[in-house]
Amino acid sequence: MLTCKEFLNGLNDYLDDTADPELKSHLHKHVNECPNCWVIVDTTKKTLQVFKGAEPQVIPPDVHDRLMKALEKKVAASKRAVSSPNPPPA
Amino acid sequence: MDGDKPTVKQAPQFDETHLLERARVGDVRAFSALVEAYERKIYRLAKHITQNDEDAEDVLQETFMKAYEHLDDFQGASKFYTWIVRIAVNESLMKLRKRKSDRTVSIDEGIDTGEETVVREIAVWDEDPEQKYSREELRALLDEAIQSLKPAFRTVFVLRDIDELSTEETAEVLNLSVPAVKSRLLRARLHLREKLTRMFKRKGDDVFAYL
Repeated sequence: MLTCKEFLNGLNDYLDDTADPELKSHLHKHVNECPNCWVIVDTTKKTLQVFKGAEPQVIPPDVHDRLMKALEKKVAASKRAVSSPNPPPA
Repeated sequence: MDGDKPTVKQAPQFDETHLLERARVGDVRAFSALVEAYERKIYRLAKHITQNDEDAEDVLQETFMKAYEHLDDFQGASKFYTWIVRIAVNESLMKLRKRKSDRTVSIDEGIDTGEETVVREIAVWDEDPEQKYSREELRALLDEAIQSLKPAFRTVFVLRDIDELSTEETAEVLNLSVPAVKSRLLRARLHLREKLTRMFKRKGDDVFAYL
């Protein structure tokens, strides 16, 4: 069986399901037999879920407005740009 | 008006390639659509790296200005998003360097390859620990946890686990090898697990219940 240290080194492969079949079965066996590593897997999964589940902060409206104004200036000064009032034909 | 043929405008998905083509020939509205699609993610990334509102706003503006300026250089070999992320990461690191002008700050700051991966807290969590906090409180706790990571780990974690770039894309954006991304991600995840476990563990589980 893998040691806990070896298991931890493979933790990302285990969580992301990127281990080759042989390693995967070793990791799986370890986590089923080692309560500490089982908790580490469980709490790491939950950690990622909490971060992924947190709603991204909305960009403050004034930050958005200043960005769009800065871009307008940039566009006006650029040779590339001609504002197109009508959408181009599809 | 063509009722039969589906047009790009009617397509439900966001057609990035088409918007880029239009932006390249000077369609400002197409470029604005790209900005609006990604500004939130770029701002969040810049805030995570610089940890400063003012710097994050500067990075946001610089990123899209540079993207506009160099649109012709974007070859489409990578995704547009990874291209602008690379600009944003570089701009953010420049901001960090300016703030700490007495020493060099790089993406590698704080990397200590000799240090063992730390696992101290082994305890199960409360059921739905997030419910104990308001959305704002939870966000503040998560931000604080991320900020406790060194920039090298923080940046990898944000790109890989929050922005959900692949390991390869993260490596490309940060000019790192894939193994380097993987090892930093492992350290970052375990560090955050440690922090969150301290907040969310079930009371009375300090002595591990399963042994």
